[in-house]
Amino acid sequence: MELCDILNYEFIRRAIAAGIMIAAVSSILGVFLVLRRFSLIGDGLAHVTFGSVAVVMLIGVSPMYITLAALPLVMLSSLAILKLTHSKRIQSDAAIGIVSSIGIATGIILVSLSNGYNVDLFSYLFGNILTVTQTELFLSIIVFITVATTVIIFYDDLLAVTFDEELARTMGIKTKRINIILFVLTAVAAVLAMKVAGIMLVSAMLILPPLIALQLSLNFKMTIIASLFFSILSVICGIITAFLLNLPAGGTIVLFNIAFLFLIFGAKKILPLPR
Amino acid sequence: MSINVISVENLTFCYNGLEVISDISLVVKKGDYLGIAGPNGSGKSTLIKSILGILQPQKGCVNIFGQSPTSFHQWNRIGYLPQRINALNQHFPSTVEEIVQLGMKKRNSVELKRVLELMGIAHLANRLIGELSYGEQQRTMLARALINQPDLLIFDEPTTALDPETREIFYSLIDEINRVKGTTIILITHDTGAIGQYASNLLYLDKKIIFSGTFEDFCASPDMTGFFGLDSQHLICHQHNKTENGI
Repeated sequence: MELCDILNYEFIRRAIAAGIMIAAVSSILGVFLVLRRFSLIGDGLAHVTFGSVAVVMLIGVSPMYITLAALPLVMLSSLAILKLTHSKRIQSDAAIGIVSSIGIATGIILVSLSNGYNVDLFSYLFGNILTVTQTELFLSIIVFITVATTVIIFYDDLLAVTFDEELARTMGIKTKRINIILFVLTAVAAVLAMKVAGIMLVSAMLILPPLIALQLSLNFKMTIIASLFFSILSVICGIITAFLLNLPAGGTIVLFNIAFLFLIFGAKKILPLPR
Repeated sequence: MSINVISVENLTFCYNGLEVISDISLVVKKGDYLGIAGPNGSGKSTLIKSILGILQPQKGCVNIFGQSPTSFHQWNRIGYLPQRINALNQHFPSTVEEIVQLGMKKRNSVELKRVLELMGIAHLANRLIGELSYGEQQRTMLARALINQPDLLIFDEPTTALDPETREIFYSLIDEINRVKGTTIILITHDTGAIGQYASNLLYLDKKIIFSGTFEDFCASPDMTGFFGLDSQHLICHQHNKTENGI
């Protein structure tokens, strides 16, 4: 089967389009999160998403709208992580751990209470971008436009807060507002990324592309662009490879990200790239 | 009537129920050069962070240019160099140029060039901050504090880890900014010799104010002789007199 033949399938075209949007969103936000040492927030929010999806399924929301319906709870959880982190007595990793535990515990209890929807719920654990719906594609396009516009408008403020939150405050930047924007958008990205990589691998979508870009020693704007590039490249390569070799798309995409990371590590050892 | 640059009344800040600073009152007027000294954990940085609105004190009142930190909006009038920058890790992907212009609403390439040359880091403009030595990073942060030509400069232990030559250049530069432009300076340092040499007023903290006033008052105070010991008091006063007499 040739590459052009693959693109004849509508579900493949839809998967690649949605995958590119979600990859773009998570890789842009990931740069800010990784530099602020919130790398594992994706993992935490993915666990909350598991609990939220369980709640939404229990209520009886149509499978078409499960992603959309799970969003408010995940957004609230993201803000809870932010609030706990700012309480000063709790480190960011511990705050993520607390919220994450609540999410996964709720999910497990709800699953055990109702045997009827176990199969559907567990399909979220591993994700499948090839089953992305038209609604989810539409949602991912809206989210991409929102994230791109927000980052362009608040770029200077986001950079300052990422560099040093206290210093940013003395520049007159409304750091609380910037944090809320970043964490709400991250919640949306985590819910969407779940569809691509599954709950188990959401954090990889947020962490790996920025990590690859950071190895290249570029300035801030170019780091975001490089993160975007490697994320999109991994999604395209991952979806096509997964389809051709009949592999799970989420895992394949993540392994492509890992491959690019090691490729850069290797190139830095051989070529005179900045360390 | 001119407005005080900073006024603090009965400021108390507690952390985990313990008072870090207690009942602090002070006034900083336009053109003052205030040196703040005190032992580790004496509340120097806490005082500055409370003034800048980074920390919310439990008691007391702070005004910057006549306004509370929450209603104050002219932050470009203040240049602040914190004691420790959280993001100064080796992999932070920002160039010196990007860092110096942080938070600026309007980019000004002329001003950028001027301040980079002033700090002797123009040749590093496109280098990543993480690739620089600590001294170069500190000069980058100083350039950032100076770029808006602020009316108030606040430095929290700015010369830690600078070599003696760069330290002297820094103190001379700040002194010149204070004298020529009338910029108000607040300098937190353990280097009481430098405070004696350059500052016009001294605030000595140890959770509460131990001394606040001019150097003349400090040198003439028997209380301070009792507190510091004759040798330390003499050393500080000697440095100050040397500068006053242009020696």
